[in-house]
Amino acid sequence: MSYAEQFVALMTLLRKEVRRFLRIWPQTLLPSAITMSLYFVIFGSLIGARIGEMGGFDYMEFVVPGLIMMAIVTNSYANVVSSFFGSKFNHSIEELLVSPTPNYIILLGFILGGITRGLLVAFIVTCVSMFFTRLPIYSVGIVIGVVIFTSTLFALAGFINGVFANNFDDISIVPTFVLTPLTYLGGVFYSLDMLSDFWAGVSQLNPLVYVVNAFRYGVLGVSDVSVGFAFLMIGGFTVIAFFYSLHLLNSGKRLRQ
Amino acid sequence: MVAALNIENLRKVYGDGFEALKGISMEVKQGDFFALLGPNGAGKSTTIGIICSLVSKSAGSVSVYGVDIDKDFPGAKKNLGVVPQEFNFNMFEKVGDILVNQAGYYGLPRALAAERAEKYLRELGLWEKRDSPSRMLSGGMKRRLMIARALVHEPRLLILDEPTAGVDIEMRRSMWDFLKKINEAGTTIILTTHYLEEAEALCRNIAIINNGDIVEHTSIRDLLRRLHREVFIFDTAEALPELVEVEGFYVRRVDDSTLEIEVEKGQHINDVFAGLDLAGIRVTSMRNRANRLEEMFVNLVEAAA
Repeated sequence: MSYAEQFVALMTLLRKEVRRFLRIWPQTLLPSAITMSLYFVIFGSLIGARIGEMGGFDYMEFVVPGLIMMAIVTNSYANVVSSFFGSKFNHSIEELLVSPTPNYIILLGFILGGITRGLLVAFIVTCVSMFFTRLPIYSVGIVIGVVIFTSTLFALAGFINGVFANNFDDISIVPTFVLTPLTYLGGVFYSLDMLSDFWAGVSQLNPLVYVVNAFRYGVLGVSDVSVGFAFLMIGGFTVIAFFYSLHLLNSGKRLRQ
Repeated sequence: MVAALNIENLRKVYGDGFEALKGISMEVKQGDFFALLGPNGAGKSTTIGIICSLVSKSAGSVSVYGVDIDKDFPGAKKNLGVVPQEFNFNMFEKVGDILVNQAGYYGLPRALAAERAEKYLRELGLWEKRDSPSRMLSGGMKRRLMIARALVHEPRLLILDEPTAGVDIEMRRSMWDFLKKINEAGTTIILTTHYLEEAEALCRNIAIINNGDIVEHTSIRDLLRRLHREVFIFDTAEALPELVEVEGFYVRRVDDSTLEIEVEKGQHINDVFAGLDLAGIRVTSMRNRANRLEEMFVNLVEAAA
């Protein structure tokens, strides 16, 4: 395939992915907006008013970056895992596998679909948050960088889950038992300064800590970890996940007999 | 002239040790209408799966229009259209979108993809359903959608794995006409089917596969020429006597008004009528007991077993 043909294939797959999640927007876009509004009301307005300041900001201002990042993580992951596993389940993935579309284009198509949904949900959640607090952007470059890297990383993680999943239970186990606890323990609602040295050290093993803090730094200019190190971790994991996903596609594991 | 499909010593051993293909070789010429027959589990779908990359081979080589799948699989796939046995499209997608997207995966620009989708949806009688979700189609329509999807990038080799399974006779005949038309227009077709009259009606050449081996690879005409006997069924006007004999033929009385008579190669059906006439039996109708190719197929598979 020429590069022009590959670009057509990529755009076709991306268009299909976007149309898929837009078609079922009450399942894909609306829940995050509602959930995050509840977080803003309960943790921000009601409980947050009693907590006072954290990291030098109102509690509401402090939690908003983490909540936006939480929406990006869950949506970019969920989009790819459900779409890819769904294609595997109904065998429509064969439409792609029998075509001359290179594997890296197939992977990019699914990832871009996940990123697009992550960004769209982030935009919606950000708009909702504006009703509750202000968002002083400290560094646009860091905000954009973290959003792009994070949505890519979790879209890839969703892809890997989709490859290995054998049934619909398998695609909900990771978000429920891994992603959600890591997000809650990733410093969305608290600063690592509040933890004992031991638990602060344990938290350093949680990749969501870097994601949340890097984004918080881009928005508020404060972080519990080094932003450079956070970028290194997110970027490193993204590169590893990309090549592992490509290896899975090239080897045909769980896709070809 | 390069073959449309060339397979040499193709072998497939699955993870559990089952050897689905035992080193088969076959060639399909350009423009051919080729039947790949075999009982369930013989290795037909494995062969097709390897050709279109859904199954990885253990050994051997496959070339599509001279392009080796090991050297340039995307190049080989461009020449290939596949209609699998099971429905494998997204049931929530619209009929038109399925075709346009498939064309996109082959690199066809959107405008051309839409044009091709319209062409094949019209030819297969699905244009009115273009905006319907594919799950709303009848079984026959879904089969036609699979054919339209496989043709949207206009492949030179079309492989159909039991395309008329579960389709009513009228629909099957119209699909035959369509396949004949695209074959006459130059598309090479490989067909697997359980309806042997379908292979006899459509195909020029045939390979019979059994237990992972090719047991026959020849022309349909040659295969039929080798038939040694045919069994005819005669319905009679009056009740038959208990014992019916026609000199030179094996006769079996099925019931009061039905006879089965075997006609060996070299014998004449006229002699049967003459014998029945002599016995005072008037025939009202006559038909083959079984499809001729079916009989040959069963003999070959049984012999190989």
